[in-house]
Amino acid sequence: MKTRIAVIGAGHVGPVVARLAARAGYETAIATSANPEEIALIIEVLAPGARPVSVRDAIGSADLVILAIPLHRFGEIDPDQLAGKVVLDMMNYWPDVNGYLAGFDQSPLSSSELVARRLAGSRVVKTLNHLGYHQIDEEARPAGDPGRRALGVAGDDAGAVEMVAKLVDDIGFDPVLVGALSAGRMLEPDGPVFGRPLSRAEFEGSLAAVAA
Amino acid sequence: MTYTFGLDTFGDRISENGEAVSHAQTIRDVVEQGVYAEQVGLDFFGIGEHHTEDFPMPAADLALAAIAARTSRIHVGSAVTVLSSDDPVRVFQRFSTLNAISNGRAEVVLGRGSSIESFPLFGYDLSDYEELSEEKTELFAEIMKGGRVTWSGRMRPALQDQEIVPYLDRPMPVWVGVGGSPHSVIRAARYGFNLMLAIIGGQPARFAPFSELFRQALDKFGQPARPIGVHSPGHVGVTDEQAREEFWPAYREVIAKLGPSRGFPPPTRELFEREVGPRGALYVGSPETVADKIARNLPILGATKFDMKHGMPGMTQQSLLKSIELFGTMVVPRVREQLSTPAAVPTTR
Repeated sequence: MKTRIAVIGAGHVGPVVARLAARAGYETAIATSANPEEIALIIEVLAPGARPVSVRDAIGSADLVILAIPLHRFGEIDPDQLAGKVVLDMMNYWPDVNGYLAGFDQSPLSSSELVARRLAGSRVVKTLNHLGYHQIDEEARPAGDPGRRALGVAGDDAGAVEMVAKLVDDIGFDPVLVGALSAGRMLEPDGPVFGRPLSRAEFEGSLAAVAA
Repeated sequence: MTYTFGLDTFGDRISENGEAVSHAQTIRDVVEQGVYAEQVGLDFFGIGEHHTEDFPMPAADLALAAIAARTSRIHVGSAVTVLSSDDPVRVFQRFSTLNAISNGRAEVVLGRGSSIESFPLFGYDLSDYEELSEEKTELFAEIMKGGRVTWSGRMRPALQDQEIVPYLDRPMPVWVGVGGSPHSVIRAARYGFNLMLAIIGGQPARFAPFSELFRQALDKFGQPARPIGVHSPGHVGVTDEQAREEFWPAYREVIAKLGPSRGFPPPTRELFEREVGPRGALYVGSPETVADKIARNLPILGATKFDMKHGMPGMTQQSLLKSIELFGTMVVPRVREQLSTPAAVPTTR
């Protein structure tokens, strides 16, 4: 059975990811803190095929929950609701854009490691954070396309990483496994691949150059 | 179908002979640009509020008033007004005054812009952005109705039966600038404001669903059809080559400077060429190149207004005035001609 997906967030990013997931054949729900009716029109136009529901319903029936919210809204997420789920964290810490966040500022850990600490009952995977939301939309390509862009995938749980890597592949990108969640720091804003449109070979080369 | 064409600036700091001129000189240069924009036949000149060393333009409405006083036909407006960190009462008062001075040529574009330096400056918390934006837009819409205002919210002291003057005697269009948030599109539709799509990177066509969302949302809220505009960066030269060579060094520097904090990829010539090409967001080139791109994209986006954001910190006033001249005298007539041919007439619903 295909993975069931819940996208949390319907701002810049959420509808784009939901559309691609639905297009790839995933059963996709999308939710925000607001009443589902308030995002119904947005989803109908921007993410046809995805179902606008409540956060509780979206998460309840999902195998994989995608956090497509700004990091400063992460505190509103209830860790208990996400217990037992695979969580795809595509958030970034952007103090200049979204303000400073205690706990994240100056932390030696990646933002996803901090997210994983709070979501102790979930298996957290980091990906889709190092390209713009419009690039997610524009640069998705079928497998084998020579222009296909690589995306790094980092996580501590092999099964969760596999599930997310499959999704990345299905929506149109080459997943490159970069290791544990701590290795996901390489995918963050100051890292070697952030924002750069790289093929798999170029991506692996960039990471190897940093490791050397 | 009535199309309008204009220019936007953020008060990008001017350079002469490789040296940045003073902030004051930059502001005077911007006023000259606005006056010249009317002389070359443009419909609109917009100034976006910014508060930085490279964009010294915190009181754009004052510069707009100076332009209004020296012109008679061109519309003047913001691009954008950062309403979230301002007081909607004062924004209305300043722009309704501008509308009075200019005989009904003022327009307001509300938005966040890609710059957020006004938040710490005026003591606002960026994490309150959504709520500030929602509440202040609601209050602004209430004030725009005219008459006494009673309003209360969380982000600003309440108003009880207040008179907010000067009342408008001519229409003053209000636009909501949208850079990618569908909630902003819905908000524009709910209050019956116009939609300004800020397309500063990537494929313009990806914004077409936002136009569709806007039209459907207007329907849903029982609002009449409203115009859609496009704001994108650009620069016109006599040749493609000249335009690119004038624009690229300044663009590269700005993107490199802002990149780390905004998440822009490091600027490369390859990415720049992609943005300048037919599927990118930059309108940099000869009059023909720029005109053809505008004429192609407006129908796709269902838009009837195009404002080219001109200039970058580090460019010279001379190259900007030349770009303005080419935009007004060569680009716009060519776009109008292409859009008036039957095949290019946009479909509306």
